[in-house]
Amino acid sequence: MTRTHPTRRDFLKTAVAGASVSVLPMPAIAQGTGSRVVVVGGGFAGTTCARFVKRIDPRINVTLVEANRTFTACPFSNGVIVGLRELTDQEFGYGKVAGDQVTLAVASANSIDAGSRAVTLSDGTRLTYDRLVLAPGIDIRWDALPGYNEAAAERMPHAWKAGEQTLVLRRQLEAMADGGTVVISAPANPFRCPPGPYERASLIAYYLKTKKPRSKLIILDAKDAFSKQRLFQNAWKELYPNLEWVSLSMGGKVTSVDVGAMTLVTDFGRHKADVANVIPPQKAGRIAEVAGVADRSGWCPIDPVTFESKLAPNIHVLGDANIAGGMPKSAFTANAQAKVCAAALAKLLAGSKPDEPILINTCYSLVAPDYGISVAGVYKPADGQLKDVEGSGGVSPLDAPSTTRALEANFAEGWFKTITAEVFG
Amino acid sequence: MKPIPVLFAGALIFAFQGPASAAGLADAPPGASSCSGCHPSGRVDTSVPRLAGRSPGDITAAMQAFKSGQVASTVMGRIAKGFSDDEIKAIAAWYGAQNN
Repeated sequence: MTRTHPTRRDFLKTAVAGASVSVLPMPAIAQGTGSRVVVVGGGFAGTTCARFVKRIDPRINVTLVEANRTFTACPFSNGVIVGLRELTDQEFGYGKVAGDQVTLAVASANSIDAGSRAVTLSDGTRLTYDRLVLAPGIDIRWDALPGYNEAAAERMPHAWKAGEQTLVLRRQLEAMADGGTVVISAPANPFRCPPGPYERASLIAYYLKTKKPRSKLIILDAKDAFSKQRLFQNAWKELYPNLEWVSLSMGGKVTSVDVGAMTLVTDFGRHKADVANVIPPQKAGRIAEVAGVADRSGWCPIDPVTFESKLAPNIHVLGDANIAGGMPKSAFTANAQAKVCAAALAKLLAGSKPDEPILINTCYSLVAPDYGISVAGVYKPADGQLKDVEGSGGVSPLDAPSTTRALEANFAEGWFKTITAEVFG
Repeated sequence: MKPIPVLFAGALIFAFQGPASAAGLADAPPGASSCSGCHPSGRVDTSVPRLAGRSPGDITAAMQAFKSGQVASTVMGRIAKGFSDDEIKAIAAWYGAQNN
């Protein structure tokens, strides 16, 4: 018997087969249908989470709330400051997010009513949710450093949120005469991108060495120890004799700034700068405080399996804003947490129990364009937080040959392309 | 005739999965989702290899060699040491099953 067209009976079989296959991995289908997830913040964490929730369970309605139409990535933005890259290399749009059937709301979240599970946006829209994800990144603590406010940041840029601030610092470095002094102020822990101030110092030192060799660079630090410290310091000794690091115990903590006098003040003295990059103390983005998920530290405690806030039910906090135990505040961390959270949300909304996750962080820093170093870690939930898996992780070897440093610089660039392709591509 | 409709249904579902193999994401074993931070799932100009569709045996062997230090690496040795043999096997099997 031959047939060219399927009969109605075959069609029914097909439909049944199709239904059974698609239903199998997802029990409790009725509960999952029509669930609403609202994600606030379109950075590495929020955008990843929104897209992965939708990919894992297309029946969930997902809205991504983001005030900006373009995202400007911080990783690699130190390269923009010293002219190795352009700011446009850091910019990504949300076009592909809409293609994933995620609804994009171009607005900021003004208020959150945890009781009625609703977010009110700056345009007046009210979004109700079953699960809310907050990925607001960081805000600057404008009250933490006397003399340093938003107006002061025009003269002494922080450049810790990529965008116009990145360009302000770049233009100041370009305008500085050879023989000038650049001062970087690094904050106490925790803050976004722990090795970031030292990568920035390295690349600025590289710029000065190649373009303005009589200039010097001073890092005033509110800490005695920092990420990848020995790797950075060994490289500085070898490459950048004009770079000086002043630790906390050597009087490095900046206690106030005098913008008019272009001076950074410590308990031990005053440092006059031609270019001052003040990386100020930080906290979780504003909406975390509004939602009541930030504790007195300014950051957000979370459950290490689901990333649900320990302070408010049904609200999950991802990325730089949260307190994630051993996981540093990096873009890799944000992306990894977002994927784990997306899987947990799909399970929770389907009425099942999320799996115990394993997360990875890998973070590269450039000491020079062809000199990369890294830190990596593997994390599991333990004692209510994310802890390093014993025996794993660590930094690049101290005695590696230049070929290894070049390879890590190459991997760093590959990482940026890959992660931005996954998040925004 | 019986198998034909079922195969047809399978093909349909495959077509809806797209390049990211959506259905598999829900079943990703612990740790697997982090890998795509560096190992691209699509076409990206990077020297880091794609994992999707590779032989699970090859992925497992590579991870074990990184873990023991038998094969030199930059970050992979440090990462592989965080995974048990069973965890590595599960991740390798999952990536091997991805349609990419």
